[in-house]
Amino acid sequence: MSSLQTVRDDFKILNETMNGKPLVYLDSSATSLKPNSVVEAIEFYNTKKTANVHRGVYKLGNEATELYEGSRHTVAKFINAKSSNEIVFTKGCTEALNLVAMSLGHSIIEEGDEIITSELEHHSSFLPWQWIANHQKAKLVFVPLTEDGRITVENFKSVLSERTKVVALTYVSNVMGYITPIKEIIKLAHSVGALVSVDAAQASPHIKIDVQNLDCDFLSFTGHKMLGPTGIGVLYGKYSLLEKMEPISFGGEMIDLVDLNGSTFKNPPYKFEAGTPVIGSAIGLKAAIDYINKIGFDAIQKHEIELREYAIDLLSKIEGVNIYNTVSDVGIINFNIEDVHPHDMASVYDNHGVCVRAGHHCTQLFMKWLKAPATLRASIYIYNTKEDIDALVAATISGKDIFLHGIF
Amino acid sequence: MEFSNLQSLYRQVIMDHYKNPRNKGIDKNNTEYHTVHLKNPTCGDDVTVAVKISNGVVEDIRHEGIGCSICCSSASVMSETLIEKSVEEANILTNNFYEIVKGEAPNEDLDMGDAISYAGVASFPARIKCATIPWKAFETAVLEINSQK
Ligand SMILES: Cc1ncc(COP(=O)(O)O)c(C=O)c1O
Repeated sequence: MSSLQTVRDDFKILNETMNGKPLVYLDSSATSLKPNSVVEAIEFYNTKKTANVHRGVYKLGNEATELYEGSRHTVAKFINAKSSNEIVFTKGCTEALNLVAMSLGHSIIEEGDEIITSELEHHSSFLPWQWIANHQKAKLVFVPLTEDGRITVENFKSVLSERTKVVALTYVSNVMGYITPIKEIIKLAHSVGALVSVDAAQASPHIKIDVQNLDCDFLSFTGHKMLGPTGIGVLYGKYSLLEKMEPISFGGEMIDLVDLNGSTFKNPPYKFEAGTPVIGSAIGLKAAIDYINKIGFDAIQKHEIELREYAIDLLSKIEGVNIYNTVSDVGIINFNIEDVHPHDMASVYDNHGVCVRAGHHCTQLFMKWLKAPATLRASIYIYNTKEDIDALVAATISGKDIFLHGIF
Repeated sequence: MEFSNLQSLYRQVIMDHYKNPRNKGIDKNNTEYHTVHLKNPTCGDDVTVAVKISNGVVEDIRHEGIGCSICCSSASVMSETLIEKSVEEANILTNNFYEIVKGEAPNEDLDMGDAISYAGVASFPARIKCATIPWKAFETAVLEINSQK
């Protein structure tokens, strides 16, 4: 943990309190905190470089455009895309995942075709395809999960067929923190000619993504879970595919020639970016990526795993604490306290200044699979410390005392 | 002794209603009752309330469901508070309950019973919904019964 000791100074919000207690932020999988450099980058645009992009002939407009396009370039390098033209800015991961389904779904999915997804998906990953499947009379097929809730290559093979046209799967589960063996799955999917859309919302903050190595067709993620601001997301798509896809949103910036009888559109990525983009957030995303790169994924992973193990060790010693993923691959701990509703526990954490998520985590399918109406989720990121875990543990014990023994 | 926020939220009365709910269990075949099912999709609270009204009086309320202690206890308290009240009065009590959980001073003239114990919810805004769902279900039932007439 030593190497990350100074990062806390970069997050002003960590000086805040919640309910009179020092803020213990263990909900980074919902949204991460933002370092000062990200806040400053957005402020820089808003106070020094404000102008619309791709329009102004004047110098300021050009500078704003360069900052915005510079961010696209940084994103491309971050995931090792071949070209910046394969990076479409969206307002988040949800919009990116929807864009793929709405643009492609009606043209490539026909009656009787199959779309493979899983019960581990975030709603934004499988709902667009459920919609398409219903409209096109196609079949949504779910990869059977293993006993501990994982997607495996074997189980994927068992549902892959010549009818498979699209595979929509998560790279890292937002509830269990499992890493999907997505590279092997992509290879298999391609062998039957299926396209693969990867939900990388929980991957981009934690592991190095290399789209060329994965050979994925599409990959989506969101800025606000990886130290960046809200309002900005990314759709990576292979250029040859983006080129063939139709835009789903129309307006300024995406057009080439506009005529009474019809219009033509720009090349990717611009044909998918109708209207004025969230310029400041895109610029903030670049600062976030710079920050992650400076720390490096090796240090990030080491830190998360160390803290996760520390937490699991302490939590599992508390009687009645059920941890659903003692072996998660990133810093996500999904748990419940026997006979205590997660929402009741959440208020105890709240009172202790500890932010954890309680609910179904936008994964109602997986909650059904777990047979739990809701769970608690603590998620760890670079700025967390052993003291944060100690606070989580202390609040957990206190909650048990309150609800099981009436001791406040 | 001063109550902590948590102590005011999880008052003994509330925990008692949670552990020993009154008027729990719905007979689905009894057609004298009008049933309303409400859910809080974000946390999984899931409540069904069955209301029997005759001659403008709430004769009986039954409830069942799953959820947190605030939601489940509130269903029990709601049933106790509203049974035998006129529909008109029940609606007034319901609105007063919404004021209480928002931290407003309760109307002292009203017979709120144990429902008065939910003032602590106001310090936990995220839980207001948990407390109000059963009451919303009652309100909805009354509206639906009236619109059927
Ligand atoms: C796995 C996963 N996919 C997609 C999303 C959606 O991201 P956003 O809400 O930023 O669009 C999330 C965020 O909750 C997520 O965890």
